[in-house]
Amino acid sequence: MWKFTVAALLLAVTTIGCRKKPDPAVTPVEEDNRQISLTFQNVAGTEPLVLDSAWYMNANGDSFKVRTYKYYISNIVLIQADGTEFKEKESYHLIDEGNNQSKSFNLQSVPDGNYVKMKFLIGVDSARNVSGAQTGALDMMHGMFWDWNTGYIMAKLEGSSPQAPNGSIVFHTGGFSGTFNVLRQVTLEFPQPAEVKVGKTPNVHIKADILEWFQNPNLIDFKETSEVMGGSKYLNALADNYADMFTVDHID
Amino acid sequence: MKKLVILSLACFLVLVTLVTSCRPDPSVDPIDGISFEVPEGWPEPVYKFEGNPLTTAGFELGKKLFFDPRLSRNNTVSCGSCHQPFAAFAQLDHDVSHGVDDKLGTRNSPGLFNLNWHTGFFWDGGVNHIEVQPINPIQNPVEMDEKLENIITKLSADQQYKTAFAAAFGDEAITTQRMLKALAQYLGMLVSSNSKYDKYTRNEPGGAMTAAELSGLSIYRSKCASCHTEPLFTDLSYRNNGLIPNSVNDSGRGVITGNPDDLYKFKVPSLRNLKYTGPYMHDGRLKSLQAVLNYYTTSIHHSPTLDPLLQTNIELSPQEQSDLLAFLNTLNDEDFVKNPRFRP
Repeated sequence: MWKFTVAALLLAVTTIGCRKKPDPAVTPVEEDNRQISLTFQNVAGTEPLVLDSAWYMNANGDSFKVRTYKYYISNIVLIQADGTEFKEKESYHLIDEGNNQSKSFNLQSVPDGNYVKMKFLIGVDSARNVSGAQTGALDMMHGMFWDWNTGYIMAKLEGSSPQAPNGSIVFHTGGFSGTFNVLRQVTLEFPQPAEVKVGKTPNVHIKADILEWFQNPNLIDFKETSEVMGGSKYLNALADNYADMFTVDHID
Repeated sequence: MKKLVILSLACFLVLVTLVTSCRPDPSVDPIDGISFEVPEGWPEPVYKFEGNPLTTAGFELGKKLFFDPRLSRNNTVSCGSCHQPFAAFAQLDHDVSHGVDDKLGTRNSPGLFNLNWHTGFFWDGGVNHIEVQPINPIQNPVEMDEKLENIITKLSADQQYKTAFAAAFGDEAITTQRMLKALAQYLGMLVSSNSKYDKYTRNEPGGAMTAAELSGLSIYRSKCASCHTEPLFTDLSYRNNGLIPNSVNDSGRGVITGNPDDLYKFKVPSLRNLKYTGPYMHDGRLKSLQAVLNYYTTSIHHSPTLDPLLQTNIELSPQEQSDLLAFLNTLNDEDFVKNPRFRP
C-alpha cells in the first residue's frame, strides 16, 4: 500500500508539477480552424506592377521602373461591425513583389463573424526592433535590416529613373522612434462584410499603389530626391505618402 | 519504523522530482556547468539571456563561431581577428580595425567585456541589442563583408556545426537567429571583474593597494568617475570629449539619432583592462595612457556639443598623473585575458 502511495504520488508530481505548454509546431490542424485569406496586389495606378521591364510615371512626371519592392505588414487586426477585434498572433509578414508566395497568406483561427474592416501596421512594431535576433519573416537574412543602426527596413523600393541624377532610385524607409519613425497605421474598410464561418474562407484582395510613394501629401521629384535611406529627412515624408497606398479592391 | 523510512524516502523522491523536472529558467543551470554570475555589488545586467537559455553547448558554439573566419566573405577574418582574447578582446596595436582584403575601418575595435550591462553597442550606440550586434561587422564591407545567408550555407555544409547546433538548440537546423543567440551566449559570458581593484573592493587576497594606487583611486573618483563610473568604469553615455575630428570627420552618435546635439559624441569607454586595449579613443589616435592624460590636461577642443564636464582642461599635477596611472593599472584583469574558457 505504501509503495503504491509513493508511486502514485511520484506520478502525480511529475505529471502535474511540470505540465509543458503545448508546442505550437505540433498543434494539429483542427477542423474548426476558420481562416481568412489576404492577397496583396502591387499596382502602379491602373497598371499591375511588373518588376524590371515596365515603365511607370510618378506625379512629378518622372519615369521609373522597379527592380526590388518589399515591405513589412504587421499587427493585423480584423474588426467586426460591433467592434469585436481579432488580432493575428505573431503577425509579421514580408510582402516581396519578387516572391508570389509572399503576397498571399491566411490568418488562422479566426472566430466566426462578419468582418467589416481591418487594421495593420506598415513596418515592424517597435518592440521587435529592440528584442534581438528574430526568425521567420523577421529573420535578419532577408535584406530588410539595418545592422549599423538597429531596426528593420520597413519598406524598400529600388529601381531606375532617367530623371534621377545617377540613374537609380533607392528608397529604404526605417526607424521606429524619435526623429525617424516611419511606422504607419492603416485602417481599411471592406466594400462588403467578409463572413467567416464553417467551410467559408473569404479572400480579401488588397491593392497597393506604388505611385502613392511619390505623392500626397509630399510630391517627390527624382531630380531632387532619388536616394532615401537611414538618416534622411525624407523618411517621414515617404512614409506619410505610402500610408494611404492600400485599398481593399474586392472580397471573394 | 519501516513505514516512516518509506515515507521519508517518498518525501525525498518527491522533492528531487520537483527540483529536477521543473527547473526554472535555465539561464542559470548549475547542473550544466555554466552560469552567469552578477559580480558582488554590481547592478543587474540589461541582458539576462531572456529567450536564450544559457547552456554549455550554446556557449561553446558561440565561441566556435566567434573564432571562425568563415563568417567573412573570403574566409580570412573572424570576430576574433579584431577582438583578441589576450587584448581583452580589442585588437592589439591597431588604431582602426583591419578587415577583409586588408581594408581599414574608421574606428578602434573596443575590448569586449561586461557587455550584458550595455544598452547600446559600438562607439555610436547604433545597435540596441547584444544579439544583433554581430550582424554589423559581418556585413560591413571593410570588416567581414559577408552575407548572413552565405554564412548559413557554409555552416550548413559542415557536419561539425550541425552537431554543435543540435547540441545547443535541439536539432540540426542552422539559422541566423540560432547563430546570433549562440554568439550572445559567448559574448555575454565575457565578464571581467577580477582585477586588483575588484579584489580590493571585495576585501579579497591580492587586493592590497599601494599608497600611490590609493591616491590614484581618490583622484580618479574626484576627476574621472562622473563619466567612467564604477563598477563598469563607464556610465555608458555618449559624450563629446573634445577631440578634433580627424579627416574621416566621424560625427558618431549624431548619425544614429539625427539629432544635432549628438554630433561628435561617442560612447564613454570603460577604464578596465586599459593595459591590453590600447591605442585609445574611438579612432585609436592616442598611443599611450600618458598621451591620454596629456590630452585631457592640455588639449580639449571646444565645439558646440563638447561635454559640459570638459569645458576646461582637467587639472592634474605630474604626481597626480603618476598616481592615477598606478590606479588605472589596478583595473587590469589578468584572470580575464588569460581565461582558457574564453580561448578558442
